[in-house]
Amino acid sequence: MSNMQLKNPILRWIEYRLPIFSFLDDSLGSNYPAPKNLNYWWNFGSLAGIALVLQIVTGIVLAMHYVPHVDYAFDSVERIMREVNYGWFLRYLHANGAALFFLVVYVHVFRGLYYGSYKYPREILWWLGIVIMVLMMATAFMGYVLPWGQMSYWAATVITNLFTALPWVGVNITEWLWGGFTVGNPTLNRFFSLHYVLPFAIVGVVFLHLWALHQHKSNNPLGIDIKGPQDTIPFHPYYTYKDLAGLGVFLLVLAAFVFYSPNYMGHPDNYIPANPLQTPAHIVPEWYFLPFYAILRAIPSKLGGVIAMAASIFVLFLLPWIDTSRVRSTKFRPVYRYFFWFLVIDVIVLGIVGAKPPEGIWILVGRLATLYYFVHFIIIMPFVGWFERPLPVPDSIHKPVLVSAGAAAVEAQR
Amino acid sequence: MTSAEHGHGGEMPRRDFLMVATGTVAVVGAAAAVWPLVDSMNPASDTLALASTEVDLAPIAEGQSITVQWRGKPVFVRYRTADEIKQARDIDATTLPDPKRDEERAQNPKWLVLVGVCTHLGCIPLGQRSAEPRGDFGGWFCPCHGSHYDTSGRIRKGPAPENLQVPAYTFLNDTKIRIG
Amino acid sequence: MKRFIRAAAIAALVVTTNAAAFAAGDDVKNPTAQGWSWDGIFGKFDRAQLQRGFQVYKEVCAACHELRYVSFRNLTEVGFSEAQSKAIAASYEVIDGPNDEGEMFKRPGRLADRIPAPFANEKAARAANNGAAPPNLSLITKARHDGSNYVFSLVSGYEKPPASMKVAEGMNYNPYFPGHQIAMAPPLEDGKVQFADSTAATVKQMASDVTAFLTWAAEPGLEARKRLGFKVMIFLLVLTALFIAAKQKVWRDLH
Repeated sequence: MSNMQLKNPILRWIEYRLPIFSFLDDSLGSNYPAPKNLNYWWNFGSLAGIALVLQIVTGIVLAMHYVPHVDYAFDSVERIMREVNYGWFLRYLHANGAALFFLVVYVHVFRGLYYGSYKYPREILWWLGIVIMVLMMATAFMGYVLPWGQMSYWAATVITNLFTALPWVGVNITEWLWGGFTVGNPTLNRFFSLHYVLPFAIVGVVFLHLWALHQHKSNNPLGIDIKGPQDTIPFHPYYTYKDLAGLGVFLLVLAAFVFYSPNYMGHPDNYIPANPLQTPAHIVPEWYFLPFYAILRAIPSKLGGVIAMAASIFVLFLLPWIDTSRVRSTKFRPVYRYFFWFLVIDVIVLGIVGAKPPEGIWILVGRLATLYYFVHFIIIMPFVGWFERPLPVPDSIHKPVLVSAGAAAVEAQR
Repeated sequence: MTSAEHGHGGEMPRRDFLMVATGTVAVVGAAAAVWPLVDSMNPASDTLALASTEVDLAPIAEGQSITVQWRGKPVFVRYRTADEIKQARDIDATTLPDPKRDEERAQNPKWLVLVGVCTHLGCIPLGQRSAEPRGDFGGWFCPCHGSHYDTSGRIRKGPAPENLQVPAYTFLNDTKIRIG
Repeated sequence: MKRFIRAAAIAALVVTTNAAAFAAGDDVKNPTAQGWSWDGIFGKFDRAQLQRGFQVYKEVCAACHELRYVSFRNLTEVGFSEAQSKAIAASYEVIDGPNDEGEMFKRPGRLADRIPAPFANEKAARAANNGAAPPNLSLITKARHDGSNYVFSLVSGYEKPPASMKVAEGMNYNPYFPGHQIAMAPPLEDGKVQFADSTAATVKQMASDVTAFLTWAAEPGLEARKRLGFKVMIFLLVLTALFIAAKQKVWRDLH
């Protein structure tokens, strides 16, 4: 518990009855010890939290002007853009903020992959993170449907049709999702309801994520455990200020998109009202779904594609067991290091394939990239961890004295 | 973002110029960022544009009232009888709770145009139809909390603080007005 | 830190190339880039051009295309005075009602009205135009890839079809249109309109003026967005610099 001394009598009065200040101090203040060697890749966690808050705040105000009805949805969005004071600003913030939120979260996930943040004792922390990511995807998908443009409508149609791949009950489930025989007004209404409520579910899981984080504290670039107070520094002011510096850069990037290229990450077809009788020539999801979309299309079977796409995320849950390495941080893994970057490139290739029409060479590239994605997790990760000889790992964060790899391995497993 | 100002703990940075400047700029930015959220809840430009309604007076008989909608609110238009005009003008306006002379409220004594919203808490007063109670002063009566308005729409008795509001209107010709 | 910047730069590059992948199309001719007054960080519309563009819309496009989200009151943003906008509005007949008899009636337009559509509904538009409904133009530059250049290229880029191609009855050849066959006949010819400011009404001139007007119509807030954006970027640069300086100071104390 914090031994904080409040000078202000009003704060002291509150603290005595509701110890909220010491709670904050313990959770992200000067009484929360963090490894002293966190690098800038560790900024992306708090950045994701801020992005979530930004989405919720802009979303609540947008919901005050939006009308979830097939006849009015598109017009109400245009009304936000033209008539509502600062409506264009709020909508562009919300749309571009969503895309950057995914960018931040993906960097956060790859950071966890690189430094072995999913390994003992942070397995639940990692799972909760994956749950957040899946909830984000559901939320973003349903949010994209709300403007009721051509891309909205056909994204909703294609994604909900994935469920028809389920044997026997597929059609029933899909019609249940739609509330009709096609994507229509009931679908739009329920998507709006869920798009509004799911972010608060995400907030709930974020709290669990932080709770699990605080149990064993942050992992760090060396991937070794905190040995004592000499290895840590208080979260505040050191990481609060470091996070603020990162936040400034994030806001600059976001503002550059919002003010100077607000539709860059969007698609022109979504400025055409939904037309259930005509599909656009090329339908592509938002960029943050492209790798998954490529995996879906890589399998030449309807059910197979759906299973592969689900598996591409599910496999992440299994990482704590798949990874047989004795050390956490890829920094000390001379072989796996290359495979990590291959995986990054592979996911980028999948993203590019997802944006291309499924013809010619792209079909083959998509299949190979999909294959490699699963080979990485199912074959490379366990085997490399098994035969690889890690580099010598420092004794402690405070004293980067090298010890033998064997001793470090014992350390990492403890 | 907030905890920069707390001066506790051993390793806190001292409040020097850089920290104060950073905190100030951040707070100013946060405050400015809140404005678009607040302003977006103000009436939008299309709402503001729907500001005028035209009313044809020709079909209204003497002693009769009609209700039209303007900016979503009811507007009472009454063709007053000579007796009603006399009642409205004979009284010494300075003795009223909200002292206004009838001459200030009706451009043409025959026609009284009022926003039909009780100035107490926003109910719609009765008295537009002949069967409805018109209160003790022959004008309108608000059933919610018992406010009585006279034949000029002035508050005479009850909790309402002000007279019924007169909207901005102009006579386009003898039988047509534009409200707003 | 260096590694971090390098990785971030790679990521940015990836996002750029990735998004550029959207641009891939079939054999449609890419619109020719024009250099517009509203491009760039300080881009602004040219009011005289917008007014000429409105005239082209009104006298040429409006016969078939609606401008759904634009109201007469918005014309003051194009540089017309309020009196001019009112006069323009009054020159249109709009349908209002129902009146006390329950009938819809026509009356002169007012500032609060939207610019009336040429057809009562999409089916009527389709029926009057050989089955091809002319699209709503108020979002056209945002609803097409590289919209402003596309609109300019399309309306000014009609050509004779190549010998190998048979153009269907009632269709016209346009290399910028997906499939190359478009139901819209070439809308512009030199001198089609008489500009009040005596600008010569060449096809290119009218095409670029109407493009400007439609770009404005698609995003009337464009100038406000760029103006606010500049202030916000300056502010955020200062704030970020302060954050970084404060971080450096805090961490310097540590070492």
